[in-house]
Amino acid sequence: MISIRKVSKHYGSFQVLTDCSTDVQKGEVIVVCGPSGSGKSTLIKCVNGLEPFQQGEILVNGISVGDPKTNLSKLRAHVGMVFQNFELFPHMSVTDNLAIAQIKVLGRGREEAVDRGLKLLDRVGLLAQADKFPGQLSGGQQQRVAIARALAMDPICMLFDEPTSALDPEMVNEVLDVMVGLALGGMTMMVVTHEMGFARRVAHRVIFMDQGRIVEDAPKEAFFGTPRSERAQQFLSKILHH
Amino acid sequence: MSYHWNWSVFLAQVPSGGTTYLGWMLSGLATTLALSLSAWLIALAVGSLMGVLRTVPGRWLSGIAALYVELFRNIPLLVQLFIWYFVLPEILPTGIGNAYKAINPMLQQFTAAMICLGLFTGARVCEQVRSGIDSLPRGQKYAGLALGFSLPQTYRHVLLPMAFRIIVPPLTSEFLNIFKNSAVASTIGLLELAAEGRQLVDYTAQPYESFIAVTLTFMMLNALVMVLMHRVEGRTRVPGYIGGGS
Ligand SMILES: Nc1ncnc2c1ncn2[C@@H]1O[C@H](COP(=O)(O)OP(=O)(O)O)[C@@H](O)[C@H]1O
Ligand SMILES: [Mg+2]
Repeated sequence: MISIRKVSKHYGSFQVLTDCSTDVQKGEVIVVCGPSGSGKSTLIKCVNGLEPFQQGEILVNGISVGDPKTNLSKLRAHVGMVFQNFELFPHMSVTDNLAIAQIKVLGRGREEAVDRGLKLLDRVGLLAQADKFPGQLSGGQQQRVAIARALAMDPICMLFDEPTSALDPEMVNEVLDVMVGLALGGMTMMVVTHEMGFARRVAHRVIFMDQGRIVEDAPKEAFFGTPRSERAQQFLSKILHH
Repeated sequence: MSYHWNWSVFLAQVPSGGTTYLGWMLSGLATTLALSLSAWLIALAVGSLMGVLRTVPGRWLSGIAALYVELFRNIPLLVQLFIWYFVLPEILPTGIGNAYKAINPMLQQFTAAMICLGLFTGARVCEQVRSGIDSLPRGQKYAGLALGFSLPQTYRHVLLPMAFRIIVPPLTSEFLNIFKNSAVASTIGLLELAAEGRQLVDYTAQPYESFIAVTLTFMMLNALVMVLMHRVEGRTRVPGYIGGGS
């Protein structure tokens, strides 16, 4: 589904990503972790072409992201993305947030788009908030709406960039529950997170990044059992015992 | 020396007949309104376009917009007006220049002043639009693009609606400025409000009445703009939204 091959990226002389390679199969859930600044956000943004990269190749469903001939908008329309800071559109009601891209990008009629949006809003347990504006919702609610908004586009896979990092602790679980539901439903997911509970429950593989490199890429059991690299061991012990 | 107040001067016939001094003032007001509003439309259109260009990736487009701003913000308004009115018709291809000079002089003055004020104010609007866009969280653009919006769609549906809401207060002051600045058009002979006021002084020797009337009218225009923009701000308020963020 997603194939990342020897991807390198630099800002000027600063190397953000070095030779990153991994594959995400259909239905697979991959958790990406690593210290702050290690390039996790950059890597995940390369997958849907939000960040350009200078070397290597990324294929999503067989389509090359780096190819200048690729219609990136069309590709992105079917790759869901969820951000750390939710990024709902503040000037639109929840319903409009859910519907607008379906209408403007997929060309669906308004009625169909609202219908589909509300169905997904119900699925994340927020149907009652349909007419509210993002600023009137809690962080956890906003993030659930953001997930519903991405799902409304019928994505072939979902990218998450630290979806719970900006949340108050008591709201983390309501968002993780939605994500677990998605994972169990067979969605292909690439999730940057430090929520190791989530990783243990639904991840198939865990990737550990450090200084722009993929240092560890292992099945969940192996990763939590005996991470090979010392950096990953240190990192794990830090986030698991705090 | 005592001043002889005479407010009824406004009801007196002008020497050329056919109207009163009040009629002159009203026609000046109409010209000021028409000039300011048409220039404001130009300023909004050009300023928004250039403001957007200032923020798009790629040196070329943002460079053009930056050049526009530098040029029109840094040359004094009066000088710009003289260039538009006196210089440009001379350096245009002869055909176009002559056609311009052949039209009604009042229309010549009006168009020169309108374009001049519009582009001058547009440069200032451009900077407001740019700062409005820049003040939005970077993630908003990513979120728009990630949903499959093209870059223009992302501006249209995601970035600009919020950017414009944020810059209503500074736009209000630009809107007010355009009314005040419209008075420079009197220097090329356009009979807008201030020019009519001065003409009244020349004809009647009642300067205080004239200047008080002109001042009050400008204050009234100011108040109208403030009320209007306040309503715009109220109508577009976003429920639950609290300020920029990063
Ligand atoms: N636009 C940019 N220009 C220069 N450096 C950047 C830019 N964006 C990110 N970086 C740098 O790239 C590195 C990786 O960033 P990021 O992918 O956000 O890391 P992570 O998500 O793992 O915390 C960081 O050191 C960051 O400072
Ligand atoms: Mg990050």
